[in-house]
Amino acid sequence: MALSREQIAQRVAQELQDGYYVNLGIGIPTLVANYVPQGMEVMLQSENGLLGMGQFPTEEEIDADLINAGKQTVTMATGASIFDSAESFAMIRGGHVDLTVLGAFEVDVNGNIASYMIPGKLIKGMGGAMDLVAGADNIIVTMTHASKHGVSKLLTECSLPLTGKGCIKKVLTDLAFIEIKEGKFHLLERAPGVSVEEIKNLTEGELVVSGDIPEMTF
Amino acid sequence: MAGFDKVVSSYEEAMAGLSDNMTVISGGFGLCGIAENLINEIKKKGTKGLTFVSNNCGVDDFGLGILLPNRQIKKIVASYVGENAEFERQMMAGELEVELTPQGTLAEKMRAGGAGIPAFFTATGFGTPVAQGKEERQFNGRDYILEESITGDFAIVKAWKADRYGNLVFRKTARNFNPLAATAGKITVVEVEEIVEPGELDPDQIHTPGIYVDRLIQGTFEKRIEQRTVRPSEAEA
Repeated sequence: MALSREQIAQRVAQELQDGYYVNLGIGIPTLVANYVPQGMEVMLQSENGLLGMGQFPTEEEIDADLINAGKQTVTMATGASIFDSAESFAMIRGGHVDLTVLGAFEVDVNGNIASYMIPGKLIKGMGGAMDLVAGADNIIVTMTHASKHGVSKLLTECSLPLTGKGCIKKVLTDLAFIEIKEGKFHLLERAPGVSVEEIKNLTEGELVVSGDIPEMTF
Repeated sequence: MAGFDKVVSSYEEAMAGLSDNMTVISGGFGLCGIAENLINEIKKKGTKGLTFVSNNCGVDDFGLGILLPNRQIKKIVASYVGENAEFERQMMAGELEVELTPQGTLAEKMRAGGAGIPAFFTATGFGTPVAQGKEERQFNGRDYILEESITGDFAIVKAWKADRYGNLVFRKTARNFNPLAATAGKITVVEVEEIVEPGELDPDQIHTPGIYVDRLIQGTFEKRIEQRTVRPSEAEA
């Protein structure tokens, strides 16, 4: 069965390592914070200028001067630091963030990503996504494998305007965990109960399947 | 006003000299750390044809959004917009020019502008619509695009505390683009919650030195919250 949003977040959380500085995008990536393994220390970077983002505040703790990149009220974790936007993107662009997790509309076999603009629809902007994909080495894209109508989002070539070129190496969809290398998708894991055949059928770009593909475990 | 004393006595004085078709750099992220009262003053003045450089454009009735109904904004350079209906309408109707700029590039454009650096290379946006018409160059086998820096006729900034000399301290994530905007205005106007005497702020704790600040005023702030998200308190949980 296809993974739920929570399961996608849970699987991403397995990629965390102790001492990681992590930037989580809006949507499913945000949920990853709920599944940090016990005993592991991870610091969340919020690109509006906070390293060490804490949980949401209680009603009494709400502070209008303390928000995350999704403009939600938050708190600071112990050991947090605050900085301006140029400093924040110096960290990101300079490759200092260990893991970035963000969503996308499409990715392709060359590691291109389209995530901010659908021509003809309202364009709200890229926010920090272009800086994040250009600056980070370790990125996991979380997305649904195909549209509701069964149209693949893992393509030979992105059809939408790009957010970044050749920068994506790992994609976790509701069906599969995929690595991108040498111009191809490589199937690493499949969602429990989802067959290789199903994944193949919903992957438009070339998919390499070598050996037995394990099911994800949670 | 004498010597290094930057304090002005009214919002009218704070925004004096702002005229049609000027460029204004604005601090703030969403509605956090925006110069609410300076924006109100611009609305009151009715200055038109303005270009704003700001990460966002406020909401319908707060922040830069309040300058939209009277068509005071001709163009906005921002990373994320569309949190308000009037903005959407004007953009779709082609009445408002929008230059979408990646957030980190926008911050760096302000920083570089204030630091006298005319342009810089960044990998951000290479191979995307943002790269159109821009010079490209490889360094160590990686592709970059040339981005020009930005300065403004005015910068509007919100800080937490200042001394009369314009040394500024920001509070929490209300800092965001504010220190960068402060460096990039020909005339930088700052509003704060509290003004103290020179010497009262610890020099080691100052975020923006007064050299960047031209005018300073103390105001009261609504500090509207865009996304109020809470968890239950311990007692309830």
